Amino acid sequence: MTESVKQDVALPTGWKASDSPVKRAFAKSRLVQVAAGVLALLVLATVFAPLLSLHNPFDPSNLDLMDAFTAPWSQGMGEMFYPLGADDQGRDVYSAILYGLRMSVFVGVAAVALSLIIGVPLGLIAGYAGGWFDTLLMRIADVQLTFPVILVALLIFGIARGLLPEGYRDDMAVFVIIVAIGLSDWVQYARTVRGAVMVEKQKDYVLAAQLIGRSQTAILTKHILPNMLAPILVIATISFAHAIVAESTLSYLGVGLPPTAPSLGTLIRIGQSFLFSGEWWILLFPSLVLLALALSVNLVGDWLRDALNPKLQ
Amino acid sequence: MLVHLLRRLGQSVLVLLAVSLVSFMVFRHIGDPTISLLGEDATLEERTALVEELGFNKSVPMQYLSYVGKVVQGDLGISYRLKRPVADVIAERLPATLELAMTAAVLALLIGIVLGVYTAIKKDGWLSRAIMTVSLVGVSLPTFLIGIGLIYVFAVELRWLPSFGRGETVKIGGWETGFLTSSGWAALIMPAITLGFYNMTLIMRLVRAEMLEVLRSDYIRFGRARGLHEKSLYFGHALRNTLIPVITIAGLQIGSLIAFAIVTETVFQWPGVGLLFISSVQGVDVPLIAAYLMFIALLYVVINLFVDFLYVLVDPRLRKK
Repeated sequence: MTESVKQDVALPTGWKASDSPVKRAFAKSRLVQVAAGVLALLVLATVFAPLLSLHNPFDPSNLDLMDAFTAPWSQGMGEMFYPLGADDQGRDVYSAILYGLRMSVFVGVAAVALSLIIGVPLGLIAGYAGGWFDTLLMRIADVQLTFPVILVALLIFGIARGLLPEGYRDDMAVFVIIVAIGLSDWVQYARTVRGAVMVEKQKDYVLAAQLIGRSQTAILTKHILPNMLAPILVIATISFAHAIVAESTLSYLGVGLPPTAPSLGTLIRIGQSFLFSGEWWILLFPSLVLLALALSVNLVGDWLRDALNPKLQ
Repeated sequence: MLVHLLRRLGQSVLVLLAVSLVSFMVFRHIGDPTISLLGEDATLEERTALVEELGFNKSVPMQYLSYVGKVVQGDLGISYRLKRPVADVIAERLPATLELAMTAAVLALLIGIVLGVYTAIKKDGWLSRAIMTVSLVGVSLPTFLIGIGLIYVFAVELRWLPSFGRGETVKIGGWETGFLTSSGWAALIMPAITLGFYNMTLIMRLVRAEMLEVLRSDYIRFGRARGLHEKSLYFGHALRNTLIPVITIAGLQIGSLIAFAIVTETVFQWPGVGLLFISSVQGVDVPLIAAYLMFIALLYVVINLFVDFLYVLVDPRLRKK
């Protein structure tokens, strides 16, 4: 339920480019070090998933139905060894998790990128120009913020499904879910950037840039934007965590990624049907990986927010 | 004060209008109702008759007006999948969701406030630290994982509680309640904990932070110097002043509880509105999606207004203005 509350990210407006307080805070917290380590491991696993996996779990020719429900750490009927067991299709759970993790991280990154691309420019323009555009944008943001992200994402997902012809729904699922999550989270960026711009544009360096006749675009992108990077980075980390949880929730609900290209959420959905028949490994291992991912991203995000906030130092 | 409440009322109406516009666009422009309602092999005459009946041959603004008019009268269209009036289907499912959300809210408030006060008073105790750590994990966890974990422990391993459904229900008037049977309560426990867990950690952290703030203030120190009993100091004086932000958050969270009931209801196959909505999204049942959207918006607006009203009751400063 992490995404239900819009976290108020305190704006580090007086933030300086020196990274020493960040490093200092990092050295202090053992928990964050562990979380960062776990996160680094998971990211490496997503990058090298094809090398680390035992087979491509989504190529039917690789699968052996005889090996279905092989218990963890045991040999199948053939040569295959299954470190985390096999599911009902004879799919190696360990390899499926690697690919599923890859999907989850990819969707998370892409959704964050989309909300950045929408939210940051809108926030920059609204904060700098003000006027009717600002008012309109903030009213839209207010209305959207009234609804939980997951609901907005579900709605967008439903609309997209309605618009797409039946045969394309599964193929387009990845894009639909990225758009759904990305569109439901842009408000965070727009609001934060707008607030920060309104502070920055009063400062002398902006006035100086205006006086020497730089164009408005140049002032916004070359002068103001670089000063926004710290708060944007903080929101991006936290909304990455939200995006991963949102994606896994949607996939778990059966409205996200299809079983043919599963994410961790889809794997958990599949695994839950074997909970009562004793094949616990199909459910447990993907759940643990999702847990590790969500927790480590959240911890790193929280730490980053505190470390970049001069008020707390 | 009255002006403030009236202004909020005006804003609420605007939000509802905006949502009704989105809802109307979804309703009008997605899918083809003549195919969804009549099937692929209906004749052209049947189709034109339906188009006329639904008013789709009129101009778009006129259609929007008649849509809003119908919604106000409680006519939300006919479900493509169930072929029944949407309003009836939602009314049938509503008691299950409301009972679940209310129980979760009460649980979250009670446990959240108790734990928040405790962790604030015994700030450095080991139990407080353990509670804070668990709450950190709870905030980052996806809801459905908590639900699955509970099912595994209490339904699969211990076999104490049912893993799905509402148990036996009793019908009182049009309201189907699970509160009157023991199997109803047994079925309610795990979903309510799952749904309320996040809000509980949230309320707990909030109460704790506010309490720590208040306990540092002068009037608490004076109260202590006057020899007031610890209990009346904590609960009569300190807690009372932490309640305003708690009311805001708790009020706003009730709306999200009902929205998040979607996830919990899916995990536990709880026959509420959320489960209905998910199957509507999967089955592209457009009238139901649009109606659910309106329903949630209305709920949010009513809750927000109610929270504003509660402020006035709790904070005497607002009454004077």
